[in-house]
Amino acid sequence: MKYLGIEPQKPKIAVFDFTSCEGCELQLLNKEETLADFLNAVEIMSFREASSSSSDDYDIALIEGAVSRNDEVKRLEKIRKNAKVLVALGSCACFGGVNRLKNEFDLKSANKEVYGNNPKETINVRAIKDIVPVDIEIPGCPVSKAEVESLICHVVWDSPFQLPVYPVCVECKQRFTTCLFEKGQLCLGPITRAGCNAPCPAGGQGCWGCRGPAVEPNYASFFTIVKEKGFSDIELKEKLNFFGAFQEVTIS
Amino acid sequence: MKINLNVDVRHLTRIEGHGNIKIHVKNGEIKEARWDVVETPRFFEVMLKNKHYTTAGLLAARICGICSISHCLCSVRATEDAFKVTIPETAVKLRLLAKHGETLQSHILHVLFLAAPDFFNEPSVIPLIEKKPEVIAIATRLKGLANRLCDTIAGRTTHPVAFQVGGVTMMPQKDHLLGLQDELKRSLDDLQIVADLFSTFTLPDFTRETEFVSLKGKKEYPFIGGSLISSDGVEHKEQDYRPMTNEYVDKNNTSKWSKLSRESYAVGALARFNNNSELLHPKAAEVAAYLGLKPVCHNPFMNNVAQLVECFHVVHEIICLIDELVDSGPGETMAKVTPKAGEGVGAVEAPRGILFHHYKYDKTGRIEMANCVVPTTQNNANIHHDIKSLVKKFAMTKEMTDKKLELLCSMLVRSYDPCVSCSVH
Repeated sequence: MKYLGIEPQKPKIAVFDFTSCEGCELQLLNKEETLADFLNAVEIMSFREASSSSSDDYDIALIEGAVSRNDEVKRLEKIRKNAKVLVALGSCACFGGVNRLKNEFDLKSANKEVYGNNPKETINVRAIKDIVPVDIEIPGCPVSKAEVESLICHVVWDSPFQLPVYPVCVECKQRFTTCLFEKGQLCLGPITRAGCNAPCPAGGQGCWGCRGPAVEPNYASFFTIVKEKGFSDIELKEKLNFFGAFQEVTIS
Repeated sequence: MKINLNVDVRHLTRIEGHGNIKIHVKNGEIKEARWDVVETPRFFEVMLKNKHYTTAGLLAARICGICSISHCLCSVRATEDAFKVTIPETAVKLRLLAKHGETLQSHILHVLFLAAPDFFNEPSVIPLIEKKPEVIAIATRLKGLANRLCDTIAGRTTHPVAFQVGGVTMMPQKDHLLGLQDELKRSLDDLQIVADLFSTFTLPDFTRETEFVSLKGKKEYPFIGGSLISSDGVEHKEQDYRPMTNEYVDKNNTSKWSKLSRESYAVGALARFNNNSELLHPKAAEVAAYLGLKPVCHNPFMNNVAQLVECFHVVHEIICLIDELVDSGPGETMAKVTPKAGEGVGAVEAPRGILFHHYKYDKTGRIEMANCVVPTTQNNANIHHDIKSLVKKFAMTKEMTDKKLELLCSMLVRSYDPCVSCSVH
């Protein structure tokens, strides 16, 4: 389909799922008002959840999910070899996501608890970047389809692709959401990267940090406020660990 | 008869999650006919341990990207059962509204985006954008509307934010509800076009006597809570889900398997219909009759039709629910919650079938034990036995080829709308 007499360049993309709920892939089929345009703007070479045709001839690999079994490591390495650009899609791919909570337990006894005397193969959960180099990360649980569209524009036309550098607090102010700290809740909004439009605080939940740290977050002030408001280190740690997005941070 | 057939599907397409079909027929004898789930286990039941009750619903939602609303609602219901909390009537209605939005969204996704390409001989919905633009326009319109309804009630359609133990945190604005209601009334014309389209499809003529398990409605077609029933006559209370589900571990599957009166049973839209068809909205019952769906239907391919019939049912119910909510005005949406030690069970009809969450709490409101029995977990053994039976019925003819058998078996698995990563959790 030509536009202004020019055949558009369609990036060849492939979508792959690892350990996850496949909710991020589902977002690729959401945002229905632009869905047909989105599917027309790209050439989908492989997308198991949505299509039966499949090919290894792709430029961009979108990876959903974390790695939690050895066969996934091999599959991921093969995809990395094929792809020119590898994108980690969503919190599981970027940080390990909620799957990482498993690592806090002894895997043998976890296996015994779920599968009894028939244990299934499993390893500690790792993010995609812990296995292969990642070119672009789009965090979120689930991922924002608008950011995926922006990424596609970036690779087709080289238009800038930039996640917000500011924290979620800014988006709460834009939505006129009352600060969750004022309602007596712990919220990671002050240190978490915006771009989600802050649906959780608007729905009465403090932010759980699914999009990872904003650029240069002021941890010291944040921890001081958390303490002043009377939250314990355990409560704070639980929030920071939920999506595995603040692994590097030590509470001081 | 010298019939030799081989099907080896690794990671079946157009379903959620990872499963394999393997069929080997040698000299007319079935050597192997299998459905195996190879999804990586995530150990949610372990991860839920020691979590505070305010966190459990959020974590439980992450079991599934498609039916996160069901998982979240089931989780908070289990906790409310443990803490003996009764939620306000307005919250009951709002939860059911979101539940219906999810059912519509999920069924349309399956029927039109995942299953329909088989009936048009296409590998996916993508070629249909050019070949059947009118169908795609309807599909995206319906799915978009359902998702906007979920956004409005639940705060977000995937991984909802508004459901907490005790009720619902947001009351949608009246004009938003009425706007959605107006669109839903018009969407019935779209649904009728989809029903007309389905009346032109030929579904494989295959039946296997199956036991169907679902909630049993009293006055209403059931979606959230209530007693449990099987089409073989077994009945239990919601809390007694274990003797209904009887999970066990199969060596070839990372999903557990379930059984009740037979070697396996089925859950989902067809099971709900078979056990509750008399409670359908009259307009939905008309569509069932129009598409030849009668209880008790033992053809698993008819699950696609049952899903479509349920789409009509939920749209009609949403329209009524919005009227009720608007007429009654904004009421209380949250009950007071005091955590205490104890156990609770929640049962919810997720789009793919009955779902159970069961938690044991300590006195500080932290989980000591969690058990989740997921719809596709209950269907996996039944799919496996269906495949065996399907091969027996259709494969033993000279006209059968590997390719044809692969398509037939793939369509069979797809008709269950399996949510495989959810089934492993």
